[in-house]
Amino acid sequence: MTAVTYREAVRRALRDALATDDRVFLMGVDVGAYGGCYAVSLGLLEEFGPERVRDTPLSESAFVGAGIGAALGGMLPIVEIMTVNFSLLALDQIVNNAATYRYMSGGQMHVPLVIRMTTGAGRQLGAQHSHSLEGWYAHVPGLRILAPATVTDAYGMLAPALVDPDPVLIFEHGALYHVKGELPDDLGPVDLTTAVIRRAGGDLTLVTYGGTLPASLDAAEQLAGEGVGAEVIDLRSLRPLDMDTVLASVARTHRALVVDEGWRSGSLSAEVSARITEQAFSDLDAPVGRVCSAEVPMPYAKHLEDAVVPRAAGVVAAARRLGA
Amino acid sequence: MTDADAFPGMQHQVHLLRQMARIRRFEERAVELYSATAIRGFLHLDIGQEACAVGVTEALEPDDAVVATYREHGHALARGITMRAVMAELEGKVEGVSRGRGGSMHLFDVATRFFGGNAIVGGGLPVAVGLALADKLRGLPRVTACFFGDGAVAEGEFHESMNLAALWHLPVLFCCENNRYAMGTALLRAQSEPDLAVKAAAYRVPSWSVDGMDVLAVEEAANRAVEATRFGGPHFLELRTYRFRGHSMYDPDRYRSTDEIEAWKERDPIPRLATALRDAGALDDGARGRMEEEVAAEVEDAVAFAEAGTLEPVEDLERFVTAGSGVPGAAR
Ligand SMILES: Cc1ncc(C[n+]2csc(CCOP(=O)(O)OP(=O)(O)O)c2C)c(N)n1
Ligand SMILES: [Mg+2]
Repeated sequence: MTAVTYREAVRRALRDALATDDRVFLMGVDVGAYGGCYAVSLGLLEEFGPERVRDTPLSESAFVGAGIGAALGGMLPIVEIMTVNFSLLALDQIVNNAATYRYMSGGQMHVPLVIRMTTGAGRQLGAQHSHSLEGWYAHVPGLRILAPATVTDAYGMLAPALVDPDPVLIFEHGALYHVKGELPDDLGPVDLTTAVIRRAGGDLTLVTYGGTLPASLDAAEQLAGEGVGAEVIDLRSLRPLDMDTVLASVARTHRALVVDEGWRSGSLSAEVSARITEQAFSDLDAPVGRVCSAEVPMPYAKHLEDAVVPRAAGVVAAARRLGA
Repeated sequence: MTDADAFPGMQHQVHLLRQMARIRRFEERAVELYSATAIRGFLHLDIGQEACAVGVTEALEPDDAVVATYREHGHALARGITMRAVMAELEGKVEGVSRGRGGSMHLFDVATRFFGGNAIVGGGLPVAVGLALADKLRGLPRVTACFFGDGAVAEGEFHESMNLAALWHLPVLFCCENNRYAMGTALLRAQSEPDLAVKAAAYRVPSWSVDGMDVLAVEEAANRAVEATRFGGPHFLELRTYRFRGHSMYDPDRYRSTDEIEAWKERDPIPRLATALRDAGALDDGARGRMEEEVAAEVEDAVAFAEAGTLEPVEDLERFVTAGSGVPGAAR
């Protein structure tokens, strides 16, 4: 076991992937000489050279599309997009090409591509660098959407994502990069398909992922002090969704609260809530609750940003409203 | 007859004529099937532009790749995908080259390295850059030929892709089929700089502008361009051409004059080459007639194949979304 930051864990995963498979290469804006806009790839250019750690011009559509083409051509590209907001410039390539080629070609072609990007708020970066749009991508058949919330997943999800023959998008929450955790030295293969119970409890199920896992765990701790056992489920994979784990928990707790940094309207939290209602209605003792970001573009001022995103206090208050 | 029986030294030209005739007759038949509702959706015809697809694909090696647009029946056939597989695709049959999941606009074939059939204007260009990047990283001396229209030149993806391919010296041959219109928008109404070669030059990509109504000229330019691309990075080929039909089957063609269309039909690449071959004594009327009969027979065989084709069972609807999808128990 070694304690590392989430950032170091991703970097280690990238280094191991580059070292073990010649087909792997990393590309994106400032991944090389600059060291990555969040310093994730720092040192990799020096170690692996400019062919395999490729700085790209600012052209999200072209370099994401080039990742798709290179994947079709026999490589295993890892494309880094600085921030989910910028990925919108590559939405065409991701949604119209990466997600469709296998299907449109009748199964002849596939796109073994990994796209990593930062998501989320918490760093006072305002309305064009802070949104949580991963739920949009989770809407799209043909994509696998991952949201590592722990150091172990930050390290462990990359290798199986590269083995996946289809496109995988990995969302790294910007506020997690400095978080430290234990990384087991003998980490076995990490499963990409299942949600994980991060804390057991019998009175309420908190369903969350990515950047809101820490707040949800804090809330569970506070609720425990009040004698309420909150079970915290980390979805890990936003597409496909492991509803079995969620529904099994709800069958025990009879109450569910979804915590999601995305906006509420038309969102991933709406999807999870709908599925619980569709599939476990009779298990519920209360309507499914949700704690989401306020429906505003992300403000800059610290107190306003804090008021937008889900925090432990808001989760605790919502749990009380459910009668837990 | 086979093209090898033609006048010695001219077999190849006869082959080019046959390839263009195959595309023309295939599409004319597709129009009939469209009217008979056996084919639906968008159907974009290559008619008038056949010399572009034929001339360029002739210059490619089997291991090279093609990325095309929604107007790609000609490219698919010229590249060697069978008429049967394309016609069955147009009819939505499981025997189609994309199992009926793609349709006219999304022909894919791994065997001939035919990477679609992209119906987003400009959307194929970044993918072509990536295919070439893979070849470069793998040390494979292959070329990716990327076809697109004059309309795509206004898209950001064109400019991003030209820049990236040039910056990284990637073997992409950009083939712009300039038929002067993007749906109803004439080039001069869409481009501040209508000379497309000038745009290529801005990225330091060498370019040629060619008469796209002359298959021999296209092939000659393509031969040079393909080899230059294979070892020297991206090149740009502007193929000056014209579509004789509307943009798609829905197009009432209000934006062009009959005079203009008729003038371009005078330059039809098929009679142009046929006449030249006849004048050279390489293909007399009898041989030409036999070629047409053979092409017609191939088309009818493809139609019969498509009509006899089967439909993908609806239970298989969710297959091929991802590797394991559509099989019972797969996660969604
Ligand atoms: C991004 C995008 N915008 C609009 C369309 C609708 N559309 C389809 S074809 C076309 C014209 C394209 O013209 P051009 O690139 O010259 O190709 P051509 O059809 O002439 O072969 C348009 C506007 C589209 N498919 N994709
Ligand atoms: Mg055009």
